Amino acid sequence: MKKENSNRRLSRRTFLRNSMQSAAAVAAGLCLPGVLAGCDTKVVEAFLQKHFLELSPSELNKVLRGLEKENLKKYGTSTVVSAKPAMPGVLFGYGLDLSRCIGCRRCVHACVKENNQSRDPAIQWIRVLEFPKEKGIDFSEANPYYCASGAGQLSDEQRDILAKPESQYPLYQQKETAQGADCKVPRPDHFYVPISCQQCENPPCVKVCPVNATWKEPDGIVVIDYNWCIGCRYCMAACPYGARHFNWAEPKLPAQDVNPDMHYLGNRPRYRGVVEKCTYCIQRTRNGRYPACVEICPVGARKFGNLLDPKSEIRSIMERKRVLILKNDLATKPKFYYFYGL
Amino acid sequence: MGTLVAFLRTCTSIWLKGNRYYWAWIIFLSALIVSGMAAYAYQVMHGLIVTNMRDQVSWGFYIGNFTFLVGVAAAAVMLVIPAYVYQWEPIKEVLLLGEMLAISALVMCMLFVAVDIGRPDRMLHLFPLLGKPNFPQSLLSWDVLVLSLYFSLNLVIVTYLLYTGFTGRHYNAKILIPLVLISIPSAISIHTVTAFLYNGVVARPYWNASILAPRFLASAFCSGPAILIILFQILRKVAGLRIKNEALAKIAELMAYAMFINLFLFGAEMFKEFYSHTEHVIYSQVLLFGVGGTKVHVFMWPALIASITAFFLFLVPRTRNNFYTMNLGCLLIWFGVYTEKGMGLVIPGLTPDTLGEIYVYAPSLTEYRIAAGIFSIGFLVFTLLVKIAMPIMNMRETNLPGKSAAQK
Repeated sequence: MKKENSNRRLSRRTFLRNSMQSAAAVAAGLCLPGVLAGCDTKVVEAFLQKHFLELSPSELNKVLRGLEKENLKKYGTSTVVSAKPAMPGVLFGYGLDLSRCIGCRRCVHACVKENNQSRDPAIQWIRVLEFPKEKGIDFSEANPYYCASGAGQLSDEQRDILAKPESQYPLYQQKETAQGADCKVPRPDHFYVPISCQQCENPPCVKVCPVNATWKEPDGIVVIDYNWCIGCRYCMAACPYGARHFNWAEPKLPAQDVNPDMHYLGNRPRYRGVVEKCTYCIQRTRNGRYPACVEICPVGARKFGNLLDPKSEIRSIMERKRVLILKNDLATKPKFYYFYGL
Repeated sequence: MGTLVAFLRTCTSIWLKGNRYYWAWIIFLSALIVSGMAAYAYQVMHGLIVTNMRDQVSWGFYIGNFTFLVGVAAAAVMLVIPAYVYQWEPIKEVLLLGEMLAISALVMCMLFVAVDIGRPDRMLHLFPLLGKPNFPQSLLSWDVLVLSLYFSLNLVIVTYLLYTGFTGRHYNAKILIPLVLISIPSAISIHTVTAFLYNGVVARPYWNASILAPRFLASAFCSGPAILIILFQILRKVAGLRIKNEALAKIAELMAYAMFINLFLFGAEMFKEFYSHTEHVIYSQVLLFGVGGTKVHVFMWPALIASITAFFLFLVPRTRNNFYTMNLGCLLIWFGVYTEKGMGLVIPGLTPDTLGEIYVYAPSLTEYRIAAGIFSIGFLVFTLLVKIAMPIMNMRETNLPGKSAAQK
């Protein structure tokens, strides 16, 4: 209902947009070499696509089927791209038990697998920071480059990719080797704080976006329309948690690694030049499943649930445990609660 | 219509006429523009990965240059105020040159933003009606709005002045003066909005300081006039622009006051950071001393010394009336403000990142080439504008075919 109302309100703009479309089509048709890679109709269609929240149900359906076709062509796998809306009466919240986390980084890799992140350059939505125990959470003491043995350990190939100057961790090599050879985690006298999008109630990234390409959904998840983002990266400057990542190069996702279960606002493959971030595995959680990081965690440090449900695990944690949020002085009101379970 | 064609034809003929130095300058700029365009094509082909920006430092050289040039654009027009107050003889010329400098600076600003964004093909999303601007929340939406307005305003004023000058009519004060009066607060607003764009980012304590906007305005009032002082002298020499020495010295004096305010505000900021010495001090340490291998301080100290030296050169009457020291002061100010407002603002703001990581950013060759290309486009626009303005400003090249043709 709400969507239709806003559609009507926007009709004048939509009209103007449509009348501009012929002109835009000519512009796109000119196809300056390299500016619009490839000159097929899909490029023009993508160029003219409306903002996600302004798509009518039939237009949305067309866009989703178009994306599936594109995926089939690109990866040779049939995929399902859903746009399932938020469930009523749901506000997602996340709990992370700092006394249990061992810093193994299994969550990091499960997240990459689930969410179709670019493998090279490597993009990771979860960053695990290692802190010396006597310093507490002091970011100037944080080490994101510690090495971890065991299941979360990197293969040599993964390590090489991470260590490339164009990866998300340009300093990987330098910092990791500086730490010494023993990669057993948890290291004595250290503790670990995994950080991904905190799904703020008051998200500074949404406030600054000049084109409304990112917004907070009714279930509290902050999402991005990858077809609307202009790649100005103002949101990355504004995010206090380093949760937003930019596709500096063409994202590379090997066909055999594609997760075919996709959501338009979540894990569908991204484009070069747009920003991406954690969506609490929107493709899973809106279907009643746990995020991939919750499922993989070997020590049960990760909890997830509906904050509006008084009987949910996340609510009982908030009521019984010592809970903290990161950078609470900024009043971003994260829905990502760190707690001490032991 | 016939007059318009004649106007355009005259412009072309003026642009094609010039001495050796003029052509050498045009060829030099064109070469840099071609190199910049090639570099941009390379960037479009591979993505922004060819820059040295990464997630940790997600804005760099492009946005630094943008910020500096917004200041130049703003201050060029603000110079009209003293020109009016002190009754400088060629007020129309000061206005015209200021507006033309503003246009050129804004062209550069827009290009710097355009090359920085990841999806230039979606640029239209920024504009009302065509896209979905985030009003009134996003300061970047505001910036697009005020920059476009300011650009249009300057374009209209300059075109109007040039055109009336060309047709030999006197400009209509009823049209011109309201436009000029609007352009002055707009000049202040573009720079304030650009400052707020940084200022409003709570995640970056170095920018989240309320002194930022006043500092922006103060430093802009140094950098904009600096280029005009030099330009006035060149035009006086080659084209007989009638501007008195006293006017130049007055501009220099005003710049001394602006620089004093700028340095004072900077000092106030540094006192607060270093005396209270909270965890936020690290960004100022990056700026002045370097942390974990950052390089900004290597440029910042010379820039500070340059700014202080320029302040004294412009403060002491003997040195601001001497052309060597005055021009030296202008160059020093350019270097000082460029460093402070460019990389000195962007890099410490983003280093260390929000999770404490220090990524040492320095522009890549592609970034330098694209930036040089954009500066060349700006200088080219400015050169061409000044060239057609010269006959209109009652200078030496008065007898042009266009003028007589228009009068017929």
